[in-house]
Amino acid sequence: MLYVELTLQGLVQGAIYALIALGLTLVYGLLRILHVAHAALFTLGGYIGVLTTNATGSLAGGLVASMVLAGFVGMAVYRFAYEPILDRPPFVALIASIALFVAAQEVFRIVFGPYGISYVSVPLAGYVSLPGGLALKQGEIAVIVLALGLLGLLAWLSAATRTGIAWRATVTDPQIAESFGIDIRRVRYLNFFIGSALAAAAGVLVAMLNNLVEPTMGAVASYKALAIIVLGGLGSIRGTLIASLALGVTEAFGTIYIGHLLDRDAIAFAFLILILMVRPHGLLGRA
Amino acid sequence: MSGYEITLVTSMAITVLFALSLNFITGLCGQISLGHAAFYGIGAYTSAMLTTSGVPFLLSLPAAALMAAIAGFVVGLTSLRVRDDFLAITTMGVAFLFIGVVRQQDALGGTLGIAGIPATGLGRTGFMVFCTGLALAFALFSVHVKRSWMGFAFDATADDEDTARMIGLDVGRYKVVAFVIGTAAAGVAGALYAHHVRFVGADSFGFVESVTVLAMVVVGGIGSIWGVTVAAAVMSALPLWFQAVDTYKLLLYSGLLFAMMRYSPDGLAGIVAGLYGRRRKGA
Repeated sequence: MLYVELTLQGLVQGAIYALIALGLTLVYGLLRILHVAHAALFTLGGYIGVLTTNATGSLAGGLVASMVLAGFVGMAVYRFAYEPILDRPPFVALIASIALFVAAQEVFRIVFGPYGISYVSVPLAGYVSLPGGLALKQGEIAVIVLALGLLGLLAWLSAATRTGIAWRATVTDPQIAESFGIDIRRVRYLNFFIGSALAAAAGVLVAMLNNLVEPTMGAVASYKALAIIVLGGLGSIRGTLIASLALGVTEAFGTIYIGHLLDRDAIAFAFLILILMVRPHGLLGRA
Repeated sequence: MSGYEITLVTSMAITVLFALSLNFITGLCGQISLGHAAFYGIGAYTSAMLTTSGVPFLLSLPAAALMAAIAGFVVGLTSLRVRDDFLAITTMGVAFLFIGVVRQQDALGGTLGIAGIPATGLGRTGFMVFCTGLALAFALFSVHVKRSWMGFAFDATADDEDTARMIGLDVGRYKVVAFVIGTAAAGVAGALYAHHVRFVGADSFGFVESVTVLAMVVVGGIGSIWGVTVAAAVMSALPLWFQAVDTYKLLLYSGLLFAMMRYSPDGLAGIVAGLYGRRRKGA
């Protein structure tokens, strides 16, 4: 039963990773930028979610407000931070992004205080019992359901709508897409909006599971999401999803069985390095 | 010189050496590393372990360099397998592995770190001169390499690896050499750091430190030896100078870094080259 429980815990963690990492992989697929500041939007999402939920009493309202607002902030980040330096070597954008991320953490600390904020009444705190004597928090089930729903919606958008087709065309070959009359800037804005909104949703969920949002909440997300998109094969959406879940489950088992040798992060990166040595372009990457 | 000034110059010199060691790998040979603090840490831990058990400080330096270089050699080998952004994340992973291992080993002090590292025996001023001398020596060595045939091969590798390979350069060998030399120098810098602060803990060699040193290289102007030297010296002192505005220290620091990347992505070297070029055009 321990195995099943660990797997479930791993999948919940993996679903959160997936929501965060997906936006990062979308940005990478389009712009070849390692967008570290993405983790700041995850934290921002958590803050907006908690504040709105506390003000209105509705978790759904908090979720929507946080996704929409973070989406617009994400678009602003693209416009003011990345667009002017797109033609520079990639490490320029990487350092700029890291600086932006640290600056954002500091702003959160100064504005909202160093100790973080919590929900007035914790939403979905009860337990649901599953067959076999297992129990999951309602919040954890909400994480899985919401992740599946959002990712399903995204898959439908990209497969069946004109915007989605334009988006996929731009990822595959920006120049050809442009010559077919696709407005690349619009696609990029949309990309940042969707990616940031997903990260914000993850922020609201993590805030709910821990009942805490703090300025440094994005620290783990910042580097682990990078590991995940690299593991999945930079820019591959399916790879990112698989990598997220695989990493979640690996960490869940790893901390139990080899936790005395390596801490959680080290396990994640040992797994990453191992995979990269066998498959240098990630799980589903192309050479 | 006052005690404060001696401490400041010493830590500047150590940071310059550390930044130049990354510049050797990233600037000269174009191999990005997001985990350079791990090698700094390996050097620091190696020498700290040795001197706390009675080995003279000067003998611990080559050992620190050797241990860091061995790790650097292994990571250099991975650079034959993964490239660019994949390499950046792999090196980042190596740094997390290093911290993860150190934290869980009681022999290495675990989460408490190693305290009570003995003095160097050189005296405070002597140690400052020693550190400055080493930083200067490595700067000159970098200039020499940059002008040599190896520097040319590094440049070609950084510029376009496939083309470099096509004209018959053994790209893999040069990459590994760059990693070994760069990480050995980082190991020495780490050993100096350990005996400057007289304490080592895993948290001093984390992701933030790796990013900070990369930021120094990029702000200086990637590959520019004098640029990186100036950037490292100034940026290591900035937190002290910002002490007056303590609450906003990190915000100011990161804001400056962001502005630098946004408005002058070629770093200090780019700004100076721009000024120089304009003046020449005017004349």
